[in-house]
Amino acid sequence: MTLIVNGEMLEMSAATLSELLLALEYEGEWLATAVNGELVHREIRGAFRLSDGDRVEILSPMQGG
Amino acid sequence: MLELYGTRITSRLLLGTARYPSPAVLADAVRRSGSEIVTVSLRRETAGGKNGGAFFELIRELGVRVLPNTAGCHSVSEAVLTAKMAREVFSTNWIKLEIIGHHDTLQPDVFGLVEAARILTGEDFEVFPYTTDDLVVAERLVDAGCQVLMPWCAPIGSAMGPQNLPALRAMRAHFPGVPLIVDAGIGRPSHAAAVMELGYDAVLLNTAVAGAADPGSMAAAFAAAIEAGNAAYRAGMLEPRDMAIPSTPVIGKAVFS
Repeated sequence: MTLIVNGEMLEMSAATLSELLLALEYEGEWLATAVNGELVHREIRGAFRLSDGDRVEILSPMQGG
Repeated sequence: MLELYGTRITSRLLLGTARYPSPAVLADAVRRSGSEIVTVSLRRETAGGKNGGAFFELIRELGVRVLPNTAGCHSVSEAVLTAKMAREVFSTNWIKLEIIGHHDTLQPDVFGLVEAARILTGEDFEVFPYTTDDLVVAERLVDAGCQVLMPWCAPIGSAMGPQNLPALRAMRAHFPGVPLIVDAGIGRPSHAAAVMELGYDAVLLNTAVAGAADPGSMAAAFAAAIEAGNAAYRAGMLEPRDMAIPSTPVIGKAVFS
């Protein structure tokens, strides 16, 4: 399955958003996720099934003005 | 005391967290500014989220309130989604809403701003809109549910200081009950004092502190200037006059010739 993760095209076998985070070694309570322009709450990442071509955004805190 | 969406704030300086030479210098600047609110952002990260995690911990240790921003967003949908993601990460309904309308001036897209503000207040966000000094836009933002307004005084990072004092003065007069925070364009403490003397409630700074040779000392200097400007406003200042007026009484002066 091809996913676009943070703008990068990746070939992944993860079935859910949680599995994707695990496979890419993302961890931490400070992450926020969105799929195809919609927020996916951390509580439902485990149940959120990914489909071919999904655009996934994984954001974390950064310095800002 | 200043109240922002029901939260009481003692310090009238809000500080940005970007562009400091190191996390230690940032922490020192936040402490010496006395600031209780810092702005933060959200960005893509490829390092498994570890950099973001370190920053998250640093801010947490400072014990300050966080005001996440939507910096860099150019559309309503982008800003709304970023706001939702920020709420997920920082567990706050506060959002500094910023929609950039022009690449060179970083001028806010005030049309998108009003639209996004309406959407976000409808979803229980407490919106701090980064706007211009335009009164009609400000009216629309208040209509959209904004209880705080954050006009620029000059382009972001320009350090030019207030470019249109009459417009800022008019805004203060027009919205006596709305907390007004000057966001963007301040370069030096005298600029901050000048807007506080107009009766502005607070100042949001970043580059002026982060870009100083000694950010910690500059943070302290700004804190003093902001406090002085606020105290002067409340004490009631003299208006300028065209004629000289002797400060020493003339009555009782000796006549020697």
